Amino acid sequence: MIRFIIKGLLRDSHRSILPIIVVSLGVMLTVLMNAWITGVMGDSIEFSAKFSSGHVKIMTRSYAENTAQNPIDLSLSNASELEASLNTEYPDLTWVERITFGGLIDSPDENGETKAQGPALGMGIDLLSENSEEIDRLNIRNSLKRGNFPQNPGEVLISEQFSQKLGVNPGDEITLISSTMYGSMAIANFKVSGTVAFGFAAMDRGAVIADIEDIRLALDMYDATGEILGFFNEGYFDRELADALVMDFNEKYSDPNDEFSPQMVSLTDQGSLSMMVSYAENMTGIIAFIFILVMSIVLWNAGLLSGLRRYGEVGLRLAIGEEKGHIYRSLISESVVIGIIGSTTGTMLGLFFAYILQTKGLDISGMMDDAKIMMPTIMRARITTETYYLGFIPGLFSTVLGTMLSGIGIYKRQTAQLFKELET
Amino acid sequence: METQNQISINKLSKHFPVGGGKFTALKEINLNFVEGEFSGLVGPSGSGKTTLLNIIGSLDSPSEGEAIVLGRAISKLSTKASAKLRKEELGFIFQSYNLLPVYTVYENVEFPLLLLNMSATERKNAVMEALDWVGLIPKIKSKPPQLSGGESQRVAIARAMVKKPKLVLADEPTANLDAENSFHILETMLKLNKDLKTSFLFATHDEKVIKYLKRKISLADGMVAKDEYISK
Ligand SMILES: Nc1ncnc2c1ncn2[C@@H]1O[C@H](COP(=O)(O)OP(=O)(O)OP(=O)(O)O)[C@@H](O)[C@H]1O
Ligand SMILES: [Mg+2]
Repeated sequence: MIRFIIKGLLRDSHRSILPIIVVSLGVMLTVLMNAWITGVMGDSIEFSAKFSSGHVKIMTRSYAENTAQNPIDLSLSNASELEASLNTEYPDLTWVERITFGGLIDSPDENGETKAQGPALGMGIDLLSENSEEIDRLNIRNSLKRGNFPQNPGEVLISEQFSQKLGVNPGDEITLISSTMYGSMAIANFKVSGTVAFGFAAMDRGAVIADIEDIRLALDMYDATGEILGFFNEGYFDRELADALVMDFNEKYSDPNDEFSPQMVSLTDQGSLSMMVSYAENMTGIIAFIFILVMSIVLWNAGLLSGLRRYGEVGLRLAIGEEKGHIYRSLISESVVIGIIGSTTGTMLGLFFAYILQTKGLDISGMMDDAKIMMPTIMRARITTETYYLGFIPGLFSTVLGTMLSGIGIYKRQTAQLFKELET
Repeated sequence: METQNQISINKLSKHFPVGGGKFTALKEINLNFVEGEFSGLVGPSGSGKTTLLNIIGSLDSPSEGEAIVLGRAISKLSTKASAKLRKEELGFIFQSYNLLPVYTVYENVEFPLLLLNMSATERKNAVMEALDWVGLIPKIKSKPPQLSGGESQRVAIARAMVKKPKLVLADEPTANLDAENSFHILETMLKLNKDLKTSFLFATHDEKVIKYLKRKISLADGMVAKDEYISK
């Protein structure tokens, strides 16, 4: 009987092709949307992680409470010791120290008098050590606008926009006026080796990027760091791993009674990122749900139509002594077959387009000249394991549900009544 | 005369709910059929032929009275039991052939056998035999849309006959056929009736069919007006 049904399905294109197309399209869209959202959200999250939040971040407890003010006076001391133990205890992550600081940049004229001045957002990172991953992580080389990448201590990069505002060119000297870790005034001179433009306002307005050792020197931060950022070696944020890590670390290292004890926070604990992460997670579920709903309705109607076309068949099958329930179940088996074929096709199509969007990406830099949020300028889809099966479930489910709904008429009606309708 | 009746209908009535009240389609019918009859329900449109045929075929049930078909009381059959009766003992032939368009002639005839526990070889033999009865072996690979009306109805006969049912119920089997084709299929059925002892019960108002009947039961307004055996 099953062979018989499959034969019928193969031969009757109205019965198979239309629903298969509908299911394929729906599944394809779901798969594509999922990969797209995962990709775009994931990239945005990674982007923020790279520039500011890390996958996890360690600060002192009081620094954590005042992050917005870049409170370097609340920095972690004995940073190298902590980093060393992080490296041994949590080798699945790469740990980097960063100092984020505020201050004024003063650009002197040839007489040493102030020519221009502006507030700066400084970032002290590992710029100079030979195998520093920070340069790639922040995409600095590609962001270079003018001049050169710093080669020697005392050389810094400033954002292009800032350099124009200050009238500073590569090769010029600038003075940083800030305060030391202990609260006294700090004045340090740097040479601008080049300018950078990252493509988002937070960094482009007034960034100064310096080597962390220079900043330590300037701000009197011997073996201290504002933050230690951890990045999963896998390359992507993993919420569960991060949460477990945070629990473990804080248990061991954090002391609620010591405001200078280190505290780890996950990416999701930092500002709007938690919203973004749950948005990415929920969106997929919402899409799948809407898809099931819409497809079920479409397939219900398609089922009704093909059901009408098949009244003769149902009547005959009743007459030759097939039970109503059996007919109903066999219609559902058919829909399972259709659902599987459609979902497979749709998944493959979706993966294909997702793959294109993953490798090629969509350049939105034109639309995002002065974006306030940190967002990558090329949006890409991302295929994950989920992408492979995610469309399948709603595809199959909606086909079966559609058939169940349209077949219920057959199931509910009296045999005689049904037969009469079938005869005409 | 307690011969074993194949069908016995006692005081059978059938009402349909219409609007607020009810419409009586069959009124206190009493009829008996023995094995091997070639009989027909005749009468004008609306006289209740199809209704009675459907009750005998366990597709519908009586409102009052009883129809006992091959030892089963129709009014007491569960859906399962009535499906079983149709599956194992009855064959149906319809006015509109009701062939499945995407299947070949062979597959259409094989269809009823798929519900029975038969091996592939048994099925093949049965299908070929049935197609032989109706002279359609050359057309086994054709699909219904390629067949003439007469050929289609012959496929339907083969399909009804393939499991060698005790009783075949045929509702207006010739309504869509011309004289020549009607003649052919009636000859075929008559032959099967003689060779296999299969009982045939028609519902028809087609004179061509009526001429072949050995027993003519005239219905009028849901009642048996006349029940005559015709000797030929
Ligand atoms: N489900 C139903 N509900 C209401 N009335 C019905 C129903 N089925 C049949 N009838 C009525 O019962 C009467 C007998 O119908 P039936 O179909 O048995 O007639 P028939 O003799 O087969 O006629 P025809 O030669 O046109 O096929 C008709 O008047 C019909 O309208
Ligand atoms: Mg009728």
